Amino acid sequence: MSADVPASRPDLPRVLREAGWTALIAFGLFLPLIGFVTYQDQSNQIALGTRWGLLAAFVAVITLGRLAYSLVLAPHLARAAATTARGEPSALRTELAKWIAPFAIGFVVVYPVIVLAITGIGGAVKWVDNFGIQILIYVMLGWGLNIVVGLAGLLDLGYVAFYAVGAYSYALLAKNFGLGFFMLLPLAGILAAFWGILLGFPVLRLRGDYLAIVTLAFGEIVRLILINWVPVTNGYAGIGGIPRPTFFGIPFNANDDGFAAVFGLEFTPLYRTLFLYYIILALAFLTAFVTLRLRRLPVGRAWEALREDEIACRSLGINTTNTKLTAFAMGAMFAGFAGSFFAARQGFISPESFTFLESATIVAIVVLGGMGSMLGVAIAAIVMIGGTEILRELDFLKQIFGETFDPTQYRMLIFGFAIVLLMIWRPRGLIATRAPSVFLKERTAIPADLAKEGHG
Amino acid sequence: MSARDIVLRVEHLTMRFGGLTAVGDLSFSAARGNITALIGPNGAGKTTVFNCLTSFYKPSEGRIALAHGDGAIWETLEQLTQSGARWLLSGGSALFLLERMPEYLVTRQARVARTFQNIRLFPGMTVLENLLVAQHNPLMLASGYTLLGIFGVPSYLAAERAAIEKARGWLDRIGLVDRADSPAGALPYGAQRRLEVARAMCTDPVLLCLDEPAAGLNPRESAELNELLLTIRQDYGISILLIEHDMSVVMQISDHIIVLDYGVKIADGTPQQVRNDPKVVAAYLGVEGEEVEKVEAEVGL
Repeated sequence: MSADVPASRPDLPRVLREAGWTALIAFGLFLPLIGFVTYQDQSNQIALGTRWGLLAAFVAVITLGRLAYSLVLAPHLARAAATTARGEPSALRTELAKWIAPFAIGFVVVYPVIVLAITGIGGAVKWVDNFGIQILIYVMLGWGLNIVVGLAGLLDLGYVAFYAVGAYSYALLAKNFGLGFFMLLPLAGILAAFWGILLGFPVLRLRGDYLAIVTLAFGEIVRLILINWVPVTNGYAGIGGIPRPTFFGIPFNANDDGFAAVFGLEFTPLYRTLFLYYIILALAFLTAFVTLRLRRLPVGRAWEALREDEIACRSLGINTTNTKLTAFAMGAMFAGFAGSFFAARQGFISPESFTFLESATIVAIVVLGGMGSMLGVAIAAIVMIGGTEILRELDFLKQIFGETFDPTQYRMLIFGFAIVLLMIWRPRGLIATRAPSVFLKERTAIPADLAKEGHG
Repeated sequence: MSARDIVLRVEHLTMRFGGLTAVGDLSFSAARGNITALIGPNGAGKTTVFNCLTSFYKPSEGRIALAHGDGAIWETLEQLTQSGARWLLSGGSALFLLERMPEYLVTRQARVARTFQNIRLFPGMTVLENLLVAQHNPLMLASGYTLLGIFGVPSYLAAERAAIEKARGWLDRIGLVDRADSPAGALPYGAQRRLEVARAMCTDPVLLCLDEPAAGLNPRESAELNELLLTIRQDYGISILLIEHDMSVVMQISDHIIVLDYGVKIADGTPQQVRNDPKVVAAYLGVEGEEVEKVEAEVGL
């Protein structure tokens, strides 16, 4: 986009040329994906069919989208960028920022009650479990990774390894030694933190892409150990029958000594779901509280200083080795908590749950949320994980697109699209401003373009 | 200068990068409470010397010793060197062998602070936060290595308030109190230079190493910097080691000048002595010793 073209009047030949290229790329991309389809013919053999109409529709939609972007959205964005000076958030936004955290906390505390009132007991189990608990696990993982990636600026693509360590620690220790959930929760956190330090040592000198690759490899190593160390981990088959958390020794089952019977209630699976919901909520609050406190302590400031400039840190007498290791250990510890909760909630774990895709999802949550922002990460987790679950609920689409249509299969396409849009709209994530950890007169948000993303 | 007044003694310092000798057999000392300047043409090895002093580089050869307190401690230098230890404490004094220490201990234990040729602030953190990061080690101790701090114990909160007061004192001194809560990266260039000096001072140094603090400053800012450095020395009794190209700064404020060229010391003395040294003039003007007078005559010196 040359500077001499006024932003308000897009030059038409260029717009058409760009749209043409977009159409060509879309055609090339979707020809194998959409244009061809395999099916079984009458003699039960695989045959190749074509879907030219659908392919044409895809290409047309994308080309029109590009045209709309060039003609309407791009000039609008350019104008917006030219008029809004950096910094200075509007009064409404500052007011909103003040109230959103207390409101969100209040909402998640009463969320199960609201769901119960709307959907009744049957629906509540699904909504609290699939939405509440599932999202909160990822909020917690996002907040944990936020310490490593967002604050210390160390890109960790193998974060799921610590989640796995926590889950297997709980599963193995609970099954083999019969220890309780609340006893094993801190233990799983400590073990995961130990593995965080173990990963930290070899990668201390690495930065950027190299750090990302080694952490990615670490995640895979842990997964491969889980698969191949069959005598301990039971390999692909996973570990089943993991003891579930009990209410101070009272199990959640239909027996006479179960929770419902002891308290004289009618048995439903809802009690356990509610109990689990409030456990993960408490764990998430703990993560948030500790992270917010740490940011205001010397160690948290040292993490952020490390992200900004490692050499300057060393010149100020900060032991960067210890600082990096504490960041890895703290991040890993929260993943360990989340992992042991995950194992206790599922009752079954296998290496399938700890693939690279999980790491990528957590990194995506942190990056989309805005590195370093607790609220942004929480919103991104709700959108990413809640979005997946919502897709399962969109049954009415079958009436439009036919019985074979499954919205969940379009999950990755929709996410990809959403991420591209978000990176155009807010390249540094949803909430990109940095709140200072301490202030003399007034706390002013720091614009994203000044804060560094870290070198790895 | 008598041996007792020395704060820093560099002996036979050599730094080789592969086949290149950036600093060759350099020896000098800096006196306590003095401003010692290290000058020389571009590529003379000045910044390499700084990086060796602050342990960012491990010297190929040589000994770098720093004394705290009573100068009598220098008599134990050989004993310390033989012992293989990093430092030796005796009474209120201490002797450090900087080349044996990792860079964060050079700042934390030996109390050598430095600034950088291209400013290295934390641009996304506020001015105040920059000064608090510099007080990391005492605050870390006060926060019980985070364990006490996380519960917000009163002793830590008091230590943090004291650290903020100290930072405010420095901001007052460099005239940035009003900008305390703005990001360091948004400050004007001259203010960033002053902030970097203040940040280094927040580590409570005994020796302050400044790498071209006046680079890119206009004459007025340069004069302000001179003023700042002189008052720092006066009020805190610290010693300053300075790399500088701006001769108005060097000649006005330094007590002692060392001139490097191609990694070798070519002159060592007071500003007056160095100014009149033909070797120095030759190094700066790029001619052989005998031709200096001719060149001097031509340029009207």
